[in-house]
Amino acid sequence: MSRAGALDEARSARLGWGSLLVGLGSVLVVAALGVLVGAAGLPVDAVLSALFDWVPGIDLESGLTDLQRGILFEIRLPRVVLGALVGAVLASAGAAYQGVFRNPLADPYLLGIAAGAGLGATIAFVSAGGRALVPILAFLGGMLAVGVTYTLGRSVGGRSVTSLILAGVAVAAFATAVQTYLLQQEDDTLREVYAWILGRLTTAGWSEVLRLLPYALVSSAVLIGARRLLDVLSIGDDEAAALGVNVGRVRGVVVVAATLGTAAAVAVSGLIGFVGIIVPHTIRLVFGWSYRVIIPLSVLFGASFLMLADIVARTVVSPGELPIGVVTAFLGAPFFLLVLRTLRGPT
Amino acid sequence: MITWEEVNVSYDDRQVLGPVNLSVGDGEWVGLIGPNGAGKSTMLAAAVGIVEHTGAVSLGGAARRAGLDIAWMPQRPHLPDEMGVADYVMLGRSPHLGYLAHEGRHDVEMVRSAMARLDLSDFGRRRLGTLSGGEAQRAVLARALAQEAPVLLLDEPTSSLDISHAVEVLDVIEDLRRAEGLTIVMAAHDLTLAGRFAERLVLLSNGSLVADGSPRDVLVESILTPHYGAGIKVLEHVDGPVVVPTRRRDG
Repeated sequence: MSRAGALDEARSARLGWGSLLVGLGSVLVVAALGVLVGAAGLPVDAVLSALFDWVPGIDLESGLTDLQRGILFEIRLPRVVLGALVGAVLASAGAAYQGVFRNPLADPYLLGIAAGAGLGATIAFVSAGGRALVPILAFLGGMLAVGVTYTLGRSVGGRSVTSLILAGVAVAAFATAVQTYLLQQEDDTLREVYAWILGRLTTAGWSEVLRLLPYALVSSAVLIGARRLLDVLSIGDDEAAALGVNVGRVRGVVVVAATLGTAAAVAVSGLIGFVGIIVPHTIRLVFGWSYRVIIPLSVLFGASFLMLADIVARTVVSPGELPIGVVTAFLGAPFFLLVLRTLRGPT
Repeated sequence: MITWEEVNVSYDDRQVLGPVNLSVGDGEWVGLIGPNGAGKSTMLAAAVGIVEHTGAVSLGGAARRAGLDIAWMPQRPHLPDEMGVADYVMLGRSPHLGYLAHEGRHDVEMVRSAMARLDLSDFGRRRLGTLSGGEAQRAVLARALAQEAPVLLLDEPTSSLDISHAVEVLDVIEDLRRAEGLTIVMAAHDLTLAGRFAERLVLLSNGSLVADGSPRDVLVESILTPHYGAGIKVLEHVDGPVVVPTRRRDG
């Protein structure tokens, strides 16, 4: 091995093929599981035949009835795909926020972004414009929330981990209070919005998938593109700027991309918390500190994690369903405390 | 040549530096000395472009380019515990990379040679959190060297080191200066050490340059006392002036 090769070997800021394949494999396996499991009890071999029938060059007779085909292609499949998209967006956004704010507890939920987006969406629900405005108002609400959280956190406690999170809690509480007030005024939409707040993939159809897809692609592409610069930011704003990095611009681009993705995800699936904490931190523990590894793997493992959470949500109380936000919070809250406990250095 | 021209820095309407005018020739080693709060770090930070300032800092007459022209070693570099030394030194290549670009063979080669120069070849996988003070300082220097910038600004490079490690690090810097023709501006608290390594000392007090000359010219009690107070004494030694503290009862 050449000496330059030896140096490359010594670097951990590289995404290896092995970890990439593990990530892709997890997406495929969980997606297959998600399509196979459900209350309707479709026969496994028939479902597999129907799926492989879609592969060009393969022609299989699944033996599914029209009703079963409808369940498979119009209910289960879009739901699995939507879960994957939402999970990928929330996990990579969480990882990106942790990078730009240099704060291991940053997460769309904890920074108040989800609540801000939720308030924006609620305004859309109760206003004359209706559902069509949900994505744009959710985005504006999310951007406003992250801006206020960041400014408040900085003004109160500089770069401290806790002040940013406390500011996020305050922003979230405020946004939620306004939202509750609005809902009290509008009994008609209460049920719809409440179901939405809890986070759900139950109403998923291909139209939701198509609505989220462009945002998810743009957000993931921008965040993956910024992965090297997120590593540079980890040595602090001043030192990064002294290395020629336009810190303000990088932070702006990353925050806008992550918030765009989060708001779009919130608009179709409601508030699903803790994905942005659980997934990036687990990846960090297993694959190391570098965002060049964490961001791409967050996209993959975020997708498989949320699909898995959805399988849990629709099986534990079958034939009923738990809101998926309940499942992620149930796993996420203890995990959050674990991260908080193991944090070293100045907080 | 790096030049500060009419450089002023204010924080909240309070002028902390300037107007400063200083030129440092290619390959020269200048020590910036002065009491706490004199503006040494601020003067370096203005040169790097990370504090707002009026006036201009230029390199050979052209406006300096962030990261490409000037490598900066902060007083307390931020060293993420988990990051490996090779990855850390590689950050020094950032000024040469575009927004979406990643490091190529040349970058890897530059990092390898910077690490070799600082005896860090076997440290590639070591995590920053496990390094001793001297090793960490060498890693920061290697990162600065990997920038391939002609000017190296050092903010108190030895403040966290004991005397033998301090000399060791400064010896390394002197070797680099000779080998690479680097221009060095170093803010320093230790006047004796600054005088031993810098060819020229510039004394800053209350944000202004008040003395400029060889160590023998600047390290004299009549120049230092008005700015540092009465508690210092300069002794002559064959290697150069030695600045020692005195206590009131000694006098």
